[in-house]
Amino acid sequence: MGETFAVEARDAVKVYGTGVNAITALDHVSVTVSRGEFFTLLGPSGCGKTTLLRCIAGFETPTSGAILLSGQDITEEPPYRRPVNTVFQSYALFPHLTVARNIGFGLEMMGKPKAEIAETVARMLALVRLEEFAARLPQQLSGGQQQRVALARALAPKPQVLLLDEPLSALDLKLRKEMQGELKRLQLETGITFVFVTHDQEEALTMSDRIGVMRAGKLQQVGTPRDIYDRPANRYVADFIGETNFLTGVVEGGAVRLGSGDLVRAALGGQTGTVTLAVRPEQIRVVATNAPGAIPARITGKVYFGTDTHYHFALVDGTEVVARLQSRAQGEDDLPKGVEVGLQFEDSSVQVLGP
Amino acid sequence: MGIGTEEGRKKHQARSGWLLSLPALVLLLVGASGPLVIVAVYSFLKPGEYSGVQWIFSLEAWFKVLLEKDIFDGTISLADAHLAIFWRSAKLSLLTTAVTLVLGLPTAWFIATRPARSRALWLFLITIPFWTNLLIRTFAIMEVIRNEGILNTALLALGLIETPIQILYSGTAVLIGMTYVYLPLMVLPLFAAIDRFDFRLIEAGYDLYASRWQVLRRVILPIIRPGIVAGSILVFVPSLGAYVTPRVLGGGKNMMIGNFIELQFGQGRNWPLGASLSMVLLLIVVVALLIYVRTAPQEDRHD
Repeated sequence: MGETFAVEARDAVKVYGTGVNAITALDHVSVTVSRGEFFTLLGPSGCGKTTLLRCIAGFETPTSGAILLSGQDITEEPPYRRPVNTVFQSYALFPHLTVARNIGFGLEMMGKPKAEIAETVARMLALVRLEEFAARLPQQLSGGQQQRVALARALAPKPQVLLLDEPLSALDLKLRKEMQGELKRLQLETGITFVFVTHDQEEALTMSDRIGVMRAGKLQQVGTPRDIYDRPANRYVADFIGETNFLTGVVEGGAVRLGSGDLVRAALGGQTGTVTLAVRPEQIRVVATNAPGAIPARITGKVYFGTDTHYHFALVDGTEVVARLQSRAQGEDDLPKGVEVGLQFEDSSVQVLGP
Repeated sequence: MGIGTEEGRKKHQARSGWLLSLPALVLLLVGASGPLVIVAVYSFLKPGEYSGVQWIFSLEAWFKVLLEKDIFDGTISLADAHLAIFWRSAKLSLLTTAVTLVLGLPTAWFIATRPARSRALWLFLITIPFWTNLLIRTFAIMEVIRNEGILNTALLALGLIETPIQILYSGTAVLIGMTYVYLPLMVLPLFAAIDRFDFRLIEAGYDLYASRWQVLRRVILPIIRPGIVAGSILVFVPSLGAYVTPRVLGGGKNMMIGNFIELQFGQGRNWPLGASLSMVLLLIVVVALLIYVRTAPQEDRHD
């Protein structure tokens, strides 16, 4: 059989409702998560990522297919018999219990001896740096602190897999950045497999070992952040992750003839006919109009972002292209609107997608 | 100048506020505190010959609440009959509270978990009995449980029993009646508590290895406890002084405090004893409310 995965979904289908009202939340999803991996399910709301998470946690049972944990089929097991813990989006801390009792709840329910619970709770409080808050009630803490309690509570029973359901979405930007680092640190320190659900592509790119991009109940692409960003499997993934220019053209020999008449070299995998090229804005160079291979374009607008400037161009047929140029000292790159320039695409950066 | 008028306006507002609440204050004073003072004063007087009171200070009534003097040898002993009545009333009230709690909790849970639209309908159905006079409702129960009533007729027709079950004029009949009358008072505060309950906490409990029973005992019940306490007080307090239901369904065989007090003001012609018994009843209620007040701060911390 080879490697046993920490988590595996085998052809999981989840349908809510029946007949004409039926909604397919999971559409034949198969995915594996390795031990100790930080795996992120990424997608817009309603794409099925949370449903998949809830199937792993045991709050939902797949309509068909199986969920495996360390190679064992747990599809029919109730949540309280799965060595899996969840960090809820709303934290779901018990309001009637102190921080320490919240963190110890899982161990208490497992029937662990008091001394062991106290010892683990103290260790968890130290891990999330909340030692002085042990006796507080959850509502006496700030959002970020509650978040850390929720984390400690889920980590205390040493689950095989930690599930995180958009745990950072309720926090403000600064705190979110802080918690991203904190989460990554906790994952490395504990070595526990994390399955993280988010709709924030930046969060996914910065934290994950691998990402699964979902859309309408289907897994679109699974890969490392680099894979997903540099080699998106389809137009949807390319569009969802980062900004992308989409250019339509027709295959002509080893290159693609754009609507503007310009020829662009691309790594074609045997595609013919009409294709879509995806080019990231930061992988476009602005050159002189007479440079070799330059595509003539006119600057139609620009937006200054501090570290870089987004230039908007129009090709000769009016196709819009956006390029991101790093700001240089003293505005030597400051190109005025209306100027004719040449654009060069880095060969390896041009991705060929379906039509 | 500006500040002066501002202060003047505030003073004026405060004064008109007092004036506006004056009718309510007068009503409260005359309607609630007044009678209470009369009852308290009467409990320290001698009974009148036929009824009413003689304006002579006496502790006799208070003495009689718990103790009795043998008419022949003058020895003092505990008034067993009175104690039995208190005990019976307390037992019945506690039992009523327990039964309404056991029935009310699933009912309130059911209503709180309905979609918002049908929830209003269910709540409306729960409050319908309040629209009917208590006496009529009690007689309705009588019609259900009497020997020739709906229940016995149905059981006889089904062949489950051969002779009617004697329920009416028993402790069971009173308990059934009290449960029916006070159930809404239990369901409504329980509903309010469950309605505020964050159901996601149940998932959190399951996720942290708590079984169904543990989730109920360790998560749900502690959090909705304010509702349980409020409902219990709302049922326990009036059922302790219940008068109509025990009288009609108990057939006067098993006297409750309420009936006993009524007896003192009527045939017993001992108004001071009735007054002192009323004060004792009030005392029990106050103790029950104190228990409630002691648990109430927890509710505040939850919000």
